[in-house]
Amino acid sequence: MTGRLARIARTTRILSSVAAILLIAGCTNYYEIPIETPIKPKLDVSAFQRVLVAGFIAGGTDDVDGNLETTRLLRSQLRTKSDLRVIDTDVLPLMEVANEDKGAPQEAKAESAKTDGKTDGATDGKEGKEGKGESKAETRGEAPQPSSPEKAPVIKDAKDLEPYEHVFADVEYWKKIGEEYQNPLIVTGTVMFTPHQRSGIVQREEEVYDSFGRRRVVPVRTYMERKGYILQPKFVFIDGRTGTVMHSENFREEVLYNANQSTPALSSYFELMDRLIPSFLSTLSSQKIKGTRVLLE
Amino acid sequence: MPIRTLTILLLLGASAAPLAADARDDAKKQVQFGIAVAQRGLWREAIYRWERAVQIDPKYAEALNDLAIAYEHEGDLEKARVAYEKALELEPNNALIKQNYELFKEINDRTTRKDSQDNQNP
Repeated sequence: MTGRLARIARTTRILSSVAAILLIAGCTNYYEIPIETPIKPKLDVSAFQRVLVAGFIAGGTDDVDGNLETTRLLRSQLRTKSDLRVIDTDVLPLMEVANEDKGAPQEAKAESAKTDGKTDGATDGKEGKEGKGESKAETRGEAPQPSSPEKAPVIKDAKDLEPYEHVFADVEYWKKIGEEYQNPLIVTGTVMFTPHQRSGIVQREEEVYDSFGRRRVVPVRTYMERKGYILQPKFVFIDGRTGTVMHSENFREEVLYNANQSTPALSSYFELMDRLIPSFLSTLSSQKIKGTRVLLE
Repeated sequence: MPIRTLTILLLLGASAAPLAADARDDAKKQVQFGIAVAQRGLWREAIYRWERAVQIDPKYAEALNDLAIAYEHEGDLEKARVAYEKALELEPNNALIKQNYELFKEINDRTTRKDSQDNQNP
């Protein structure tokens, strides 16, 4: 008798739970709907038809040419994902320009800028800047510069970048570049790509089987040595009409791998840049973020 | 005298309940229509309908949730935030509204974080 009562009570409980679930499901009508959230660009670039990714002051590992790779990558991204026309030209040797700025007195610099302007005009503004940088150093007969980017990277960490950063505030220089390329929006900045190592306790999941052969995944804390890279770019946006800085942004991304995993520096660089690109693009052009939401009745 | 006042209050109370139910019914019709048009991509019309629903019944959390989604879709993140927060104030335990709000916050936080990272004059 008691067993029968217990069975009835259990059945009643199950039925009432099912009824409650059905009631809730019946009351709440919901509809999943895809949405696209537009994000407005941070910079008003409507005044520009063209964009010049001029080059970057790069430092860190020798394995990746931060200047060249960043310039190439940003140009290709802008070509496909913005309305601006991308100017294809040689990458500016900004470290040399910065060193010249430091070494040359202001008057000489202004004079040099004028001369360069003439030269550029004569070549229809399409001359490679690498060659120009070299010739300037030669004609001035200056002492060998501390930086020779092709030989030894003198920039090992973010602090080493500071002496070069004044180049972005060189209004005359950027105005001249702007005139040369018909007043585009100029994108430049710094890129630090440094190797990184970290060791410590890491939590990871491990499969274990109990005495009955059942599989379980348990968190295990182990000491691990990991290595990877840190990418710290600073993007500077310069108005090619005035030579002034319109906007700048700093980013920092890092990736760590198991120490016995060998990942090429270049692939890590692209992995980290992939994370930054949407933010970079959203400065210049509106982006749409796709997602799903639930409409309720 | 107190009996008369009590009677009047009771009558008022009794008539208010159907009124609220009517308001919810009217608002629900607007919400349903809004959902139907939003599913066809007519978000402006949906916004109009859901705004009407909220006007009719300001305590209709589901209408506020739908309105927030529509604002989000239109890129009006500030209006979306206000609507989501109002909806959650009314129904703090509604898991679906919470889920929508969390997804919205991810986007909203990203844009505000970017703003704080920036400096106009380096």
